Amino acid sequence: MTPAPPPAASAAPLAIETSSLTKSFGRQRAVADVDLAVPAGSVYGFLGPNGSGKTSTIRMLLGLTSATSGDIRVLGGAMPDRARDVLPRVGALVEGPAFYPFLSGRANLHRLDSADRTAPAATRTARVDAALDRVGLGHAASKKAHAYSLGMKQRLGIANALLMPRDLLVLDEPSNGLDPQGTREVRTLIRSLADEGTTVFVSSHLLAEVEQMCTHIGVMSAGRLLTQGTLDDLRALGTHRVRLLTPDPDDARVVLRRLGLAPEARVRPTDRPESTAAELVEADLVGDGPSPEAVVAALVAADVRVRGFEVTGASLEERFVDLTGEGFDVAG
Amino acid sequence: MSPAEPVPAPQADGLRRRGTGLSLLRSEVVVLFGRVRTIALLGALALIPVLLAIAVRVTTDDASGGSSGGPAFLGDITRNGLFVSLTALTVAIPLFLPLTVGVVAGDTIAGEAGLGTLRYLLVSPVGRVRLLLVKFAGAALFCLAGTLVLVVFGAIAGAALFPVGPVTLLSGQTIGYGDYALRMLMMALYVTLSLLGLSAVGLFISTLTSVPVGAMAATIVLSTVAQIVDALPQLDFLDPWLFTHYWLGFADLLRDPVSWANFADNALLQGGYILVFGALAFGRFTTKDILS
Repeated sequence: MTPAPPPAASAAPLAIETSSLTKSFGRQRAVADVDLAVPAGSVYGFLGPNGSGKTSTIRMLLGLTSATSGDIRVLGGAMPDRARDVLPRVGALVEGPAFYPFLSGRANLHRLDSADRTAPAATRTARVDAALDRVGLGHAASKKAHAYSLGMKQRLGIANALLMPRDLLVLDEPSNGLDPQGTREVRTLIRSLADEGTTVFVSSHLLAEVEQMCTHIGVMSAGRLLTQGTLDDLRALGTHRVRLLTPDPDDARVVLRRLGLAPEARVRPTDRPESTAAELVEADLVGDGPSPEAVVAALVAADVRVRGFEVTGASLEERFVDLTGEGFDVAG
Repeated sequence: MSPAEPVPAPQADGLRRRGTGLSLLRSEVVVLFGRVRTIALLGALALIPVLLAIAVRVTTDDASGGSSGGPAFLGDITRNGLFVSLTALTVAIPLFLPLTVGVVAGDTIAGEAGLGTLRYLLVSPVGRVRLLLVKFAGAALFCLAGTLVLVVFGAIAGAALFPVGPVTLLSGQTIGYGDYALRMLMMALYVTLSLLGLSAVGLFISTLTSVPVGAMAATIVLSTVAQIVDALPQLDFLDPWLFTHYWLGFADLLRDPVSWANFADNALLQGGYILVFGALAFGRFTTKDILS
């Protein structure tokens, strides 16, 4: 087969890996040089505003559209060349659910399951019913799909992705159209699937949603992957400040300077009366500078009386607004 | 992050066993023929011989004797009700049959694309070639069903309203019911075969769009254009290449010995259309970006 892909940052094998993935429509580049690295076993939140290229990327991952340039490997197989072997192990919800309106929910799943040659016909009825129960549609299985609400269709779409045991789930905006309770159920479902070892790649334009269920995040904007990594990595990015409350501000500043920090000169007494004798010293923590723990240890070692110590950082939400610009729908 | 489980290579997964793939064909047949629209189309086709028989019965009560003009075999109906099937085929093949076939063939891929189910079928995954083959098989089965509906309902309506008896062939001999049933089946197959070229054209057009109505209309328009060209003496040189050219040739099966020339030429022509438009559909569909 093709030579091994370039080593990823983490040692874990990658469930999805793209290199320089690009999709152009005419002169417009919908996806530009995207290098996704989705570790196996992760819940990867693919975050970005509407129209940032998430669905275009997903279409290429699943072999629905061809990439203008770049390579894709899904579950170790090159796409779209190995689609026959790869796709049976992938469950997908792409750009909203779609069904035959004149068929019942159950008949719709039967139909789509029969398209997969690796799905045994003998267990079809049992698997369809199990998938319907898993998304809470058991009672509405005989209803025609055109009578389904948007939320029910969304559930049916997720049920379709669960018809067979999957190694990877690709869910494009899975909680679109769901009420808060439905959203919570989807979140629980995704977590339980992840616990079973399924890698979940879930796209969303809602930061709050992604933050609650994902281990990894990739942020798309205007066709580019701006950043990706674990949720903790991304939280750690950006500027943090130490805020120190001490009666010995001058000594504290000396210590901070020695550690390579740049404490601000201005002195601000706190409002609290019992700490009138104390002053607030603030300094930005630089990326490769000392850890907050080391700062405290150094302060204590220098006999600076520490009454309060706090690290403040930009919230994840602020980080994303920084990355994607204003207008990004971050509100839940 | 928790240590990830290794992803088994597709080979190590033991390549899930592949079924025969007949499930999809069965599902296609169930979905196609279970659909209200298909049943309505077949119902409309069934009405043709029934209304025809009733009309002939009502008008011949007062004006007896063979009618002059009108479709072939119309005058024979009063003598033998079994000719209703033949008359119905003759009436239906220029317009009604191509209309229904155009609806079904034009809907094949474009209909799935319009609903959005195409992307889910492809992700399932159904191979694109397999989907084309199954869709064409479904359309071909519809051609057969439509033709059989005309023949069977024609025979029933004819037997109900007119006397039936041994059939006199165009070449003068008389044959019994068994032989006649066999010949009617052959004629149904001939008409089905005649419609396969149109089905292939419809399948190809259907891969070009995600608006099924457009593909249906274009297919139906093409069948009409082909018949007009066939009828224009100035364009005679085109005639042998038109998929409509042998459409009315089924009457040759009512001679003894049977003249197979039309059957063979028709089969060759329809086969050519299936190959050419099947290849076009293949070329288009296997490289198409599915954006619907």
